Amino acid sequence: MDATAGQLLWMYEKMIEIREYEETMARVYLEGKLPPKIQKGLAFDIGAGPVPGEMHLAAGQEPVAVGVCAHLRQDDTVVGAHRPHHFAIAKGVDLDAMTAEMFGKDTGLGRGKGGHMHLFDPAVKFSCGGIVGAGAPQACGAALAAKKLGRDSVAVAFFGEGAANQGAFHEALNLAALWKLPVVFVVEDNKYGISVEKSASTAIASNADRAAGYGMPGVLVERNDALAVFKAAGMAVARARRGEGPTLIEVKTDRYFGHFQGDPETYRPKGEAKELRQHDPIPALGTLVRDLGLLDASSDASLRERLAARVQAAYDFGRNSPYPRPEDALLHVFAE
Amino acid sequence: MTTATPAKARTLTMAQAISEATAQEMERDPRVFVMGEDVGKYGGIFSATTGLLDKFGPDRVMDTPISETGFMGAALGAAAEGLRPISELMFVDFFGVCFDQIYNHIAKNHYMSGGACKYPLVITTGIGGGYNDAAQHSQCLYSIFAHVPGLKVVVPSNAYDAKGLMTTAIRDDNPVVFLYHKGIMGLSWMSYFEGSTNEVPEEPYALPFGEARVVREGSDVTIVTLSQMVQKSLVAAEELAAEGISAEIVDLRTLVPLDRATVLKSVAKTGRLLVADEDYLSYGLSGEIAALVAEHLDTVRLKAPVRRLAVPDVPIPFSRPLEQFAIPQVDNLVASVRGLMNAKVY
Repeated sequence: MDATAGQLLWMYEKMIEIREYEETMARVYLEGKLPPKIQKGLAFDIGAGPVPGEMHLAAGQEPVAVGVCAHLRQDDTVVGAHRPHHFAIAKGVDLDAMTAEMFGKDTGLGRGKGGHMHLFDPAVKFSCGGIVGAGAPQACGAALAAKKLGRDSVAVAFFGEGAANQGAFHEALNLAALWKLPVVFVVEDNKYGISVEKSASTAIASNADRAAGYGMPGVLVERNDALAVFKAAGMAVARARRGEGPTLIEVKTDRYFGHFQGDPETYRPKGEAKELRQHDPIPALGTLVRDLGLLDASSDASLRERLAARVQAAYDFGRNSPYPRPEDALLHVFAE
Repeated sequence: MTTATPAKARTLTMAQAISEATAQEMERDPRVFVMGEDVGKYGGIFSATTGLLDKFGPDRVMDTPISETGFMGAALGAAAEGLRPISELMFVDFFGVCFDQIYNHIAKNHYMSGGACKYPLVITTGIGGGYNDAAQHSQCLYSIFAHVPGLKVVVPSNAYDAKGLMTTAIRDDNPVVFLYHKGIMGLSWMSYFEGSTNEVPEEPYALPFGEARVVREGSDVTIVTLSQMVQKSLVAAEELAAEGISAEIVDLRTLVPLDRATVLKSVAKTGRLLVADEDYLSYGLSGEIAALVAEHLDTVRLKAPVRRLAVPDVPIPFSRPLEQFAIPQVDNLVASVRGLMNAKVY
């Protein structure tokens, strides 16, 4: 399945938007967290600044999100994990409300109750969570609902290679295959589960091989390349939509930042992140779309300008939105 | 019983009542479906889903693999899409293999979404000991579910309440944990307290959450309790009456929401409180009720210190004499109340 001109441009645009979003967050996140504003002896204060708490960024992993989401409709479900921004943006989550959530604002997706790891946008059927592997069974439930309701929508669960060693992953794969659910499991192999290399956590080299144990197709995408992901995901989504059941895809991808911002990354060979950026998938796709005549240098530049402005507007919205009233902490435990 | 008995009432076991409520809601609402281990052909190990497969077929009454994390997560995912799953956790003791889905996701997602997402699902589960099933199949654990914000917790003591509360649970837009004690289900293979099998109207009805029921009025002492312990307390109250002690019994029925007003009103009337609980003693329901009264000593006057009767912080043992010792029995209830009658506060 080849990508259409529209799909190529969409993937390119979304990758730029995601990268711009993550690079901006890397800067904004540091505000207020570094000396001299904080206590003596502290190098960094995770709870300070306008965007407090943990922050897991996905720069470098854009191909996984766009290559899969290019095949999805608004009524398809995506369940992401703790590093969710690229999936959320590719699925069309409201950028302003998502950003406001990270600032803890009342205009945020969760009115400040979730933060960056817990984003819920029912309008585009997106959710994510901070527990490794937990999304896989939930995607099965969405797929089960689609089947019961006679819809041809599908569900996608995205998670890291570390999640493939969780019981939830294996239970979900069995359930999906057993019930022939329209679900696609996508493993992002960014090589590290925080600091532990895949070779030290996982008994086999490719999680795609685990699919055979559940009687479903397993596909390994060996390059961090949007088109390669697009191709694998296209087959998997189409198969699910036809009612033929689940697929497991593993994509070898690159994490440019640490596990979280502030990660000293002592477990990584020096210069590794810099080296990974030499194989940045965004310029590669840019070259392709320009070679195909879909974009010229000046429209590329204006596209980047427009996306940077869009991202900046989301950050401005988040920053300038009001906080919830403190006592609103008591709301929304139960639906009325 | 506070409700007038309609013409069509029959006597049902609690298991039959739960199954009937489920069937009626499944007829009323096509979004409702049941899944869990052995809920289909077997009809539920504790008969909570008996007859449903024949009536609704395997698409709406789904046997699952022994994968509690898998199907609890799937229940959440299906609820998020607008279905209304009833997901059975065979024994509450098995919560350990799937609690992440329950307490980190099912309980919290509505809150973390700022109210944007709803998860209307019911988790049914069997609780309780008394039949020598030992430490991994005999616990109550309702306090653990009640401790986590975001879960409604229902613990019925009889068939009439079970049907009405199950109906409410299925209609609720929130996650509800519905815990039925095996020793009051009226099973043909486990002795049970007959008080739990009672008259149940055929037509659907819903009982509100957060309304405790005074199942026996009395003037000397209040026994706050729930589930099978209500039936034990009723037996104990008869013995006490013979000694001239008048016990009032409050059946909490739901722990979340908790009907604090009814507890306080009763204790204010009798001046003496025994909390009778089949869960572990420490950090649980009995402490919660005791704290509630302690926080209201400006309006509630106690004649004796609060007493708690619960499992004395040991796993449930297997051997009959050990188990009978660990789980509060009718005799223990009687003795505790006698002790209360002789105690004084300064």
